[in-house]
Amino acid sequence: MKVLVPVKRVVDHNVKIRVKADGSGVDLANVKMSMNPFDEIAIEEAVRLKEAGTADEVIAVSVGPAQAQDVLRTALAMGADRAILITVDGAVEPLAVAKLLKGVVATEEPGLVILGKQAIDDDCNQTGQMLSALLGWSQATFASEIVLAGGKAKVTREVDGGLQAIEVALPAIVTADLRLNEPRYASLPNIMKAKKKPLDSKTPEDFGVTVAPRLSVLRVEEPAARTAGIKVGSVAELLDKLKTEAGVI
Amino acid sequence: MAILLFADHDNAALSEQTAKTLTAASQIGGEVDILIAGQNAGGAAAEAASLAGVRSVILAEAEALEHRLAEPTAALIVALAADYDSIIAPATTTGKNVMPRVAALLDVMQISEVIEVVAADTFKRPIYAGNAIEVVQSTEAKTVLTVRTAGFAAAGAAEAAAPVKTVEATAEGADLSRFLENTLSQSDRPELNAAKIIVSGGRALGSDEKFRELLNPVADKLGAAVGASRAAVDSGYAPNDLQVGQTGKIVAPDLYVACGISGAIQHLAGMKDSKVIVAINTDEEAPIFQVADYGIVGDLFEILPEIERQL
Ligand SMILES: Cc1cc2nc3c(=O)[nH]c(=O)nc-3n(C[C@H](O)[C@H](O)[C@H](O)COP(=O)(O)OP(=O)(O)OC[C@H]3O[C@@H](n4cnc5c(N)ncnc54)[C@H](O)[C@@H]3O)c2cc1C
Repeated sequence: MKVLVPVKRVVDHNVKIRVKADGSGVDLANVKMSMNPFDEIAIEEAVRLKEAGTADEVIAVSVGPAQAQDVLRTALAMGADRAILITVDGAVEPLAVAKLLKGVVATEEPGLVILGKQAIDDDCNQTGQMLSALLGWSQATFASEIVLAGGKAKVTREVDGGLQAIEVALPAIVTADLRLNEPRYASLPNIMKAKKKPLDSKTPEDFGVTVAPRLSVLRVEEPAARTAGIKVGSVAELLDKLKTEAGVI
Repeated sequence: MAILLFADHDNAALSEQTAKTLTAASQIGGEVDILIAGQNAGGAAAEAASLAGVRSVILAEAEALEHRLAEPTAALIVALAADYDSIIAPATTTGKNVMPRVAALLDVMQISEVIEVVAADTFKRPIYAGNAIEVVQSTEAKTVLTVRTAGFAAAGAAEAAAPVKTVEATAEGADLSRFLENTLSQSDRPELNAAKIIVSGGRALGSDEKFRELLNPVADKLGAAVGASRAAVDSGYAPNDLQVGQTGKIVAPDLYVACGISGAIQHLAGMKDSKVIVAINTDEEAPIFQVADYGIVGDLFEILPEIERQL
């Protein structure tokens, strides 16, 4: 079975981003970019499936600018076998990404697609569900455990009230939550090896997909600022402030 | 303008998030129908019918809908979609699971986690863990939205109940996935999303015993919900449904008490809209103090029991 893992190049999770003064967007000049953390978890899960002998091949795919090659190389260094880059400049909405991925699925015919549950830049949490809809496949989102057996996947999902276990028929779409696994760091020899692994280049035209956005971003604003308050010296003072000044207890 | 609101409920009762989403729907403007997809969900339907501003309640019952699995639920919503300009749901794990599937089937781009309705086609939503707010306008024939409910008040009760109509659920998609079991946390405390006060613990608690031993008595005295940082959940001190943050629950209580939590961007994303924030931390440089109204620099193993004694 092939496992396909889409990965996105995003602002590194440790970066505190800044909104541009003219409200046109977020300032990404000279900001560290990395693989979306949830996608690292997705790659890790796919590589573990291969190591366990459940999967034969792990294919990483990214939709993004030429520099998204870097995150694909990271995926290859973590253990993916080959990579596909669909080059698009500028932001691509989840619906368009899902349509492109549908095209990749049509040629690669994976038995399982594992995606990160959301990208930490646009925080949309849509692509996996949309891909599943377009393919008419079963869908298991927010996974904290995946067990494959007998053409089915038993997936434990993180839900608002706790955990939910469902069984989905393969082929399926699974989206990874934080606790699915702890992604490995790529070792230096593996980083070197990754440079020689195949990386295919494609364009949206190859899949007959238009990536024109459906939503227009009118502006990007600073969130309401919160300022530091005061430090109190004792528990008695804290409780007094909460009662009399803040009136919350 | 007609709006279909996909309700969050547990068949027996409606969640408060539905009433809050109804407020967002009213701000868009138009007639609102609430969809109750479930099994033996008469209780939830009756509660939905009693909310103010509801034109009608649509009740669809089927075994495959009992736990609102994504495939059959999305198929049901799509079958109803022709009559609506807008389809809206709270950004609960169910809403987040089902709505993008609906959007893709309708060939529409979804607008996720709306925090403000600017106009019927224009919305504000947080990006980058809430460090920026995007104002987006839809050019779609229909809008598909999820709502981050923390910023909306719950709709009130209607004078007269709205009619409840029953529809047949399509069997489409029911063979794709199967519900096995729920392992839901049992607690007598208020739910995180509904709580007025939240006492939240981080990595500093050190073990699940200490987490319970220190936080629960204070939470009990305050009638508070208990929350946790990702580090506390990952370390097994607290169950996953207590996680507050970018990828956990987004909360905005009157009072949020962060105990031994450093204040990472991803944690702040889930609680920085709280009315009053208290931070207890040994490190006076901890970023949590930058958003705290009241900070107390010290050891939570001494401070929390002291708070409990003095309450
Ligand atoms: C993609 C992604 C998503 C994430 N999503 C979330 C999320 O939803 N929610 C979330 O919380 N995090 C999330 N994180 C993790 C986040 O970045 C932090 O790692 C996490 O919040 C840290 O948890 P913490 O504050 O409990 O632990 P730490 O950062 O280790 O902080 C512990 C704090 O306790 C203090 N302390 C130690 N001993 C004591 C004592 N005796 N008394 C008082 N204080 C003490 C320390 O000074 C320190 O400030 C996410 C990260 C990523 C990459």
